[in-house]
Amino acid sequence: MRRLINDPYEIVEEMLDGYCRAFGDHVKLLEHDGRVVVSKNAPKKDKVGVIVGGGSGHEPLFLGYVGEGFADAAVIGNINTSPSPEPCYNSVKAVDAGKGCIYLYGNYAGDVMNFDIGAEMAAEEGIRVETVLITDDVISSKNVADRRGIAGDFFVFKAAAAKAEEGSDLDGVVAAAKKANENCATMGVALGAAEHPTTGSEMFEMESGDMEIGMGIHGEPGVRRGKTEPADAVVTEIMDVLVPELKLAKGDEVCVLVNSLGATPMMDLFVAFRKVSMILEEKGVTVHKTFIGTYASTMNMPGTSVTLLKVDDELKKLIDYPTNAPYFIQK
Amino acid sequence: MYKNYILDKDYFIQVVKDLAVMAEVERDYLTKLDSLIGDSDHGINLSIGFREVTKKLPEWENENITAFFKKVGMTLLGKVGGAAGPLYGGFFMKLGEPANNKEEVDFGEFCNMIKNGVEAVESRGKAIIADKTMVDTFRPALDALMAAVEAGQQPLDAFDKCVKAGEIGRDSTIPLIAKKGRALRLGERAIGHMDPGSASSYMILNIFYENMKKRF
Repeated sequence: MRRLINDPYEIVEEMLDGYCRAFGDHVKLLEHDGRVVVSKNAPKKDKVGVIVGGGSGHEPLFLGYVGEGFADAAVIGNINTSPSPEPCYNSVKAVDAGKGCIYLYGNYAGDVMNFDIGAEMAAEEGIRVETVLITDDVISSKNVADRRGIAGDFFVFKAAAAKAEEGSDLDGVVAAAKKANENCATMGVALGAAEHPTTGSEMFEMESGDMEIGMGIHGEPGVRRGKTEPADAVVTEIMDVLVPELKLAKGDEVCVLVNSLGATPMMDLFVAFRKVSMILEEKGVTVHKTFIGTYASTMNMPGTSVTLLKVDDELKKLIDYPTNAPYFIQK
Repeated sequence: MYKNYILDKDYFIQVVKDLAVMAEVERDYLTKLDSLIGDSDHGINLSIGFREVTKKLPEWENENITAFFKKVGMTLLGKVGGAAGPLYGGFFMKLGEPANNKEEVDFGEFCNMIKNGVEAVESRGKAIIADKTMVDTFRPALDALMAAVEAGQQPLDAFDKCVKAGEIGRDSTIPLIAKKGRALRLGERAIGHMDPGSASSYMILNIFYENMKKRF
């Protein structure tokens, strides 16, 4: 195993401790719950609480986006595993400022069960918590409601958090999150597996030199496996799905996120973006803003995903809203 | 009719100890099953949960059966996460309820405990037979158990039927397309693989059975 770790059963706690030591001016762990990362500013007066979360192993996803102008809290589970109900509930107690809270997370059965119990516990105390499930992984199901959430989490979190920051009520924040989710589509390609620190072995088997199109960020099998093709061909196949999914037409504007699943070199991401940009140009679609880097990973998995967010004036304003979180600073 | 077949606290404590051993021994096997159609964490998360149960077990030895299983369930719910946390957490929390805060139960009461636990899994997971989940093990096992009890069979015969029906149910998940959980999106690619939740559910029932053989 090519991982530099201590006891794998302590890895999540040690990661969180290290993270909060590094970014103590932005965030802290809840004193009574070590699985909740809270913004130093929370609860912020007269603001809807924005809570994100999910399993560990996708860093900087979730905890990296807690901070000024972004999420108020992240609830952290074991590797690839939803957090349990108690930290979901504790996060609400920590950030609610009387205007209610929104849970934002990828659509996975485990997350839904645990966050729902957390919301039920909060409701018993009269705190309103709404949930928007992120479903940007277009290849994961024909039925939109069954789709997984992957790198598109970033855009949905960003839009909802900015809406909350503008002073919107909970219904407005929910509407912004839904709008971002509906206009967001992601498709990825995996070139290999991440190594699970607990078993010490790869999370799934993949021949060297193979690729799998449409694989999920937990290594859930995708739609097609075959020999690795040139970047332009893979990006073209991805764009052939994303463009019709969002019904992109001449004159439309998008934000683009080219994401590494953890072990993809930056240079490969730029090569991929080059082709994304060329295809959009050809179709007369303008890029409003580009994001390239590791935004939602699967530990040390080699692979890339492309996310498009179709934007109008409102979404542009929300994406552009100033943010100062450790893994996303924007003036 | 089962008044002479008593399962006491020591029986349940031993079952939980054996479950913790199972979680370690089967960790990589269950994780491997999950890697084929899910997200490769089922065995690991059960071991995380049962390690915490093992740590706290000495503090619970004076609790009655209801309180004991509530603590086992709460610990799993808090530590395991994912879908398995609420499902097995719910199973154990509800398992103890029909014991009515007693220190021992007879076999008839024990069957009601299993029923209560299985129903908790069904109501939290909202799964039915053939969804390719732990319900494929639990539901036929429970039905077989209840039918055997209805027919007045001896406890070991009745629970043998329960475990065997669970085993058949577990194996029935192999050719299925999943309708719940992570495997849901795989469509036909889930065919040919056993559901990891149905596998661990079978192991749990079997541990209750193996310990019962030492009692009756």
